[in-house]
Amino acid sequence: MKRHPTRLLRPTLACLLLVVASAFAAPAVAPLPRDSVYQLPLPLTDQHGRTMDWRQHRGQPQVVAMFYTSCKYVCPLIVDSGKAVEHALAPAEQAKLGILLISMDPKRDTPAALMAVAKQRRLDPAHWSLASPRADDVRSVAGVLGVRYRQLADGEFNHTTALLLLDRDGRIVARTEKVGSVVAPEFIAAVHRVLK
Amino acid sequence: MRRVAALLLALPVAAAIAGGAAWVKVPGGSFRTALKYEDGKGVPAKIASFAMQKRPVTNAEFLAFVQANPQWRRDRVATVFADARYLSHWAAPNTLRKDAQAAQPVVNVSWFAANAYCEARGARLPTWREWEYVAAADETRRDARKDPAWRERILGWYARPASGPLPRAGLQVPNAYGVQDMHGLVWEWTEDFSSLLVSGDNRVQGDADKQKYCGAGALSMDDRENYAVLMRVAMLSSLDARDTTSSLGFRCAKDIP
Repeated sequence: MKRHPTRLLRPTLACLLLVVASAFAAPAVAPLPRDSVYQLPLPLTDQHGRTMDWRQHRGQPQVVAMFYTSCKYVCPLIVDSGKAVEHALAPAEQAKLGILLISMDPKRDTPAALMAVAKQRRLDPAHWSLASPRADDVRSVAGVLGVRYRQLADGEFNHTTALLLLDRDGRIVARTEKVGSVVAPEFIAAVHRVLK
Repeated sequence: MRRVAALLLALPVAAAIAGGAAWVKVPGGSFRTALKYEDGKGVPAKIASFAMQKRPVTNAEFLAFVQANPQWRRDRVATVFADARYLSHWAAPNTLRKDAQAAQPVVNVSWFAANAYCEARGARLPTWREWEYVAAADETRRDARKDPAWRERILGWYARPASGPLPRAGLQVPNAYGVQDMHGLVWEWTEDFSSLLVSGDNRVQGDADKQKYCGAGALSMDDRENYAVLMRVAMLSSLDARDTTSSLGFRCAKDIP
């Protein structure tokens, strides 16, 4: 008598496990397109100290730029660019876009340093991720994003600047090298398109 | 496959190919680059001792890498890592041409591919400074850069049209370090090629310097007579990491304890 319910339960449990498993597998992950920047494995540590691969952002369009926190000239303008993009969007659109700033100075850009910028510039943690790659990965991520840089003797960087728009699968769909509080209208138009 | 194997056996350097090019120990030293950095103030740089491959990586060696790492086949490679010309000189994604291609330096490789090859060997690409340091030598002197005859010889190579098949790698007389083909064969990737920010980049955007760069301005040439370096820098500074060209190859380097 005691065994009976157990026997009944077993297939039910198995069923349940199957359902759970298929729920996790449900959005069958399509292979990455060959022109996706996410082809590059890139663990990033963000302002909250969380480390995860940037593929975690797959599924959500991203505005991406490289920067570093101790930079005085261009990098504040990069933050301005991200904010300008946000302001150009309707609230419903804003919720669907991520803004990812990747440091070229992982040695100094610890989570605390990244968080200090996020707080000072009042960057909404729901949309903004400021993150450092591993030192060995900086040249590669700069390579897929088309950014050139050189560390100077005093620890500052010479670098080119680019604001990139990634679609859900990590394909670069727009790029501008003009940064600041006025973002090229074509770039904004591309953001609207990719969020549709 | 059999054809490639036969070619390999026919070569006197077959043993070297099987394991890749031999490594040459390059003793470190003080070195004044021909590049002028605003922040550098002309201070000679200290180059730490390192090892460098004796000659550029060949087609046969790169084929072995591609066979072991099929994600680097030209028909499978991620297009963010290599442009459409990647390995386009091979007969097929997995096959070299019939001629002596096996021993020629591999070209049409992107920075990402070159980097992956060296990483697979527990090595890395040389830095620009390391490359320039070794390339300053001629057959007898570690720094021949002031010799007009040496400069003329290198200029002569640039002046020759690039038609006809590439010579085999490793045929030239080794330089004072024991390294071959630093000049006169192919251009070569460096690990930090994208740190070469020539001020000419500004032409593209017409941006003010401060828009374009964080910090001080770009580099310029400290030694305008050094065409060898000038040409390399001009070429490397114009490339993206996924670009390939029919005259650009690479060799690996590694730290030594």
